[in-house]
Amino acid sequence: MKKFSVVGKRIPKTDAPDKVTGRATYGQDFKLPGMLHGAIRYSDHAHARILSIDTSKAEALEGVKCVVTAADVPETRFGFYKDNMPLKKDVVRSHRDEIAGVVASNEMIARQAVKLIEIVYEIMPAVFTVADAMAENAPLIHPKNESNHLITNTYSHGDLEQGEAESDVVVEVSCKLPYVNHASMETCVIVAQFDHHENLTLWSTTQIPFLLQKDLGQALGMSPKDIRIIQPTIGGAFGRELDIYPYHPIAAVMAKKAQTAVRLCFSREEEFRAGPQRQPVEVSIRAGAKNNGDLTFRDVSMTLDVGAYVSWGSTTPMVMMETTASFYRVPHVRFKADCVYTNNLITGAMRGYGNPQSSFFVESAMDMLAEKLGMDPIQFRIHNSNQPNTTTEQGLKITSCGLEDCLKALAQRAEKKLEQPEKTHLKRGRGVGGTLNVGGGARIYRSDGCGATVKVDDFGHVSLITGSTEIGQGSETVLAQMVAEILGVEVGDVRVINSDTDVKMWDVGVHASRTTFIAGNAACLAAKEALSQIFETASEMLGPPPDLLKAENGQIIAPDGNSVSLSKVVRSRHFRSDGKMVHGQAFYDPPTELVDKESYHGNISPAYGFGMQMADVEVDTETGQVKVLKLVCAKDIGLAINPMAVEGQIEGGAQMGLGYALSEEVVVKEGKVMNPNFVDYRLFTSADMPEIENILIESNDPEGPFGAKGVGEMGSSCVAAAVTNAIYDAVGVRLTQAPMTPERVLAALDALEKATD
Amino acid sequence: MKKIISFTINGAKQELYLDTRKTLLKMLREDLELMGVHLGCGGGDCGACTVLLNGEPVTSCLVLAVDCEGAEITTVEGVQQNGELHPLQQSMIEKGGIQCGFCTPGMVMNSLALLRENPQPTETEVRQALSGNLCRCTGYAKIVEAVLDVGNAMTNSKEAG
Repeated sequence: MKKFSVVGKRIPKTDAPDKVTGRATYGQDFKLPGMLHGAIRYSDHAHARILSIDTSKAEALEGVKCVVTAADVPETRFGFYKDNMPLKKDVVRSHRDEIAGVVASNEMIARQAVKLIEIVYEIMPAVFTVADAMAENAPLIHPKNESNHLITNTYSHGDLEQGEAESDVVVEVSCKLPYVNHASMETCVIVAQFDHHENLTLWSTTQIPFLLQKDLGQALGMSPKDIRIIQPTIGGAFGRELDIYPYHPIAAVMAKKAQTAVRLCFSREEEFRAGPQRQPVEVSIRAGAKNNGDLTFRDVSMTLDVGAYVSWGSTTPMVMMETTASFYRVPHVRFKADCVYTNNLITGAMRGYGNPQSSFFVESAMDMLAEKLGMDPIQFRIHNSNQPNTTTEQGLKITSCGLEDCLKALAQRAEKKLEQPEKTHLKRGRGVGGTLNVGGGARIYRSDGCGATVKVDDFGHVSLITGSTEIGQGSETVLAQMVAEILGVEVGDVRVINSDTDVKMWDVGVHASRTTFIAGNAACLAAKEALSQIFETASEMLGPPPDLLKAENGQIIAPDGNSVSLSKVVRSRHFRSDGKMVHGQAFYDPPTELVDKESYHGNISPAYGFGMQMADVEVDTETGQVKVLKLVCAKDIGLAINPMAVEGQIEGGAQMGLGYALSEEVVVKEGKVMNPNFVDYRLFTSADMPEIENILIESNDPEGPFGAKGVGEMGSSCVAAAVTNAIYDAVGVRLTQAPMTPERVLAALDALEKATD
Repeated sequence: MKKIISFTINGAKQELYLDTRKTLLKMLREDLELMGVHLGCGGGDCGACTVLLNGEPVTSCLVLAVDCEGAEITTVEGVQQNGELHPLQQSMIEKGGIQCGFCTPGMVMNSLALLRENPQPTETEVRQALSGNLCRCTGYAKIVEAVLDVGNAMTNSKEAG
């Protein structure tokens, strides 16, 4: 394999020095002269008619500039199903429904003032479960619809009856998975400002600047061409801002009415109450296998409570469908998902999308099958592993595939048996869980592309202007490494510009583990175009034809050893009559297809990443406490452009996945969040984390930049599956509801004891 | 009500006329524009706003500014010495302990307090000391590694000197 000079190296994040000294400017830090502060008044009820809104007391409070209500917004609707509006006028459908906003000289006054807005409601009956929402005569969340049922997604391949008939063993399990919150350390922030020509600039922690531009135009009844989105340093996102939410247009409406810049910054409580959550699901899976270990069928049905308005949560069945149909080789599959409106929380995108959910139920069933067959769970998975250069029944073209290598690496680690502690109430167990993740984006829009420009200036400084977005994951560094490798310069010579829709070319957004792959390919194409211009001029200067030149250490070098500096080449090209600049441009759109709207068949991603994790746990049978002792993470990432960054994604994903498994749950009672803070919503801390061992499997993807595939989501997806299987191994109870809290573990142990008495 | 308070911030004397309800966090961010002090929760639960108050780590969102009369306050902006990064800052960069970086200033301040008290902590001691500083990006592994590494390096350089 070709040796690279900067690709594959543990290069520290280029933005780290500014972050460690407090210099980085986050959305929260961003200020404009004359900027005022906004706050939102939310509904007091889960479902109610608004009879009147009296804003006079709020307006009279000293320091209040203005109050906005639905009367200040054009009557437009937004969202996938056009079911949402910025400020609600007649009816509120959830506790997070936005009714009014206050603009004041500081945030404290604005928050005080929203409480002074007097709203008279007529309370309407509400529904908080899928069953209640689907009951006959259930109150309609959106009266324009005939029922609260939103959509059914069905998928099948093969012949389920045949699969059942061929099965020697069949297992069945029902699982319930919770709402969880992104819990980015920085909350959502927006600063909105109109100029004299009514052009809107929005400084935002969004993950989809170009889609937001379009959606915001729709929500505000203005042309997207008059909207500019700028992204400051973003303090984590994890899918939180992958859609337009009411606070985006509300900030703009506030700025318009106040005639000055307005800042809207979520409190932590708002982040829990008004932000989107990970989609909860109740799911049943039946699965079968033959005595020789071959999988025969999977039959999955699920219901999803999507809340009062539709966002990305309602599309997580597509991902769960993918795991059901294509993770391991299954000849017969049936899948059905029903999405239902309720008066609960909005559900959005979150790292891994539906994968933590589907990994949990598919891998639970896999372990149950292995046990019935008397097979080792890892060997059973190896027997059914996906293989390179195959197409799944669903149409996923799996090119590079390191799943079997991941499993073999775990099998090797599993040779060292777990020792049981002396205390008899402590039981140790080991379990594995895996995930099939898109490894280079997902074509859910007609374009899954990203634009890039690489320019080199007279001093040899390189700028990469990329459509992609940095949310802390390290894309700036990884992209700079790729460009530096191609142009033969240091990473420090490359600056990545990625924050302004007026400057950068289009990108669909930061999601689906796509940035390294898609933005990386775009950056590489643009850099190669710039390099060809450099070689063209260098050839004139050095003599040999362009294809014999190479770029290294800031020099362009001829086969005879003669060289000229990169900056000198650029100046020579520039400062002459009819001069030109070095300027490469590319738009990379992967060779994928939109899945068929009826059959859901199609190759959605240009590459697929595979990950397996093995958890060693210790269960305290007296308290129900589960302690994870060690997590081994084997991930097929194609090639690690920056192994330190890859490890960081896996380790960070592990923290999120462990929370999903054991401690995190947004508790919702009658549509209201009961634990909107970090005391009652428990994230794993440094003291809670187990030892993590990373095993990077480099399967060298043929389409990936330098062979790389995405890794951003895989780390979090399969932890809960590995943990539930490990708990079963330790104490013989199968936990089917996450998080697997001490109460739930104890209840399961009690039930086991009663059953065996 | 307003009150005049004087204190030392990152080595410099400072006097401010402040609303008595103002938190130390707001004073540092709004009056002194020390934006490295991050607001993550406002309830003392996440540690992003950690600063040193008379050498002790505190979550500045839970401290009233007027209670800092005569105090010595250090924020992440005051950690560099003569333009040089502190070895802990360097270690955080090199070990990959920073992703989105929002928790980083709080992590740095709390780790500095730990290292001052316990220059060569064990892994368990580092994990315990940082358990009030939440991070959603890194899984803590590389932050802990960075603190342990600088602890060892500082001790080794002292032994060598």
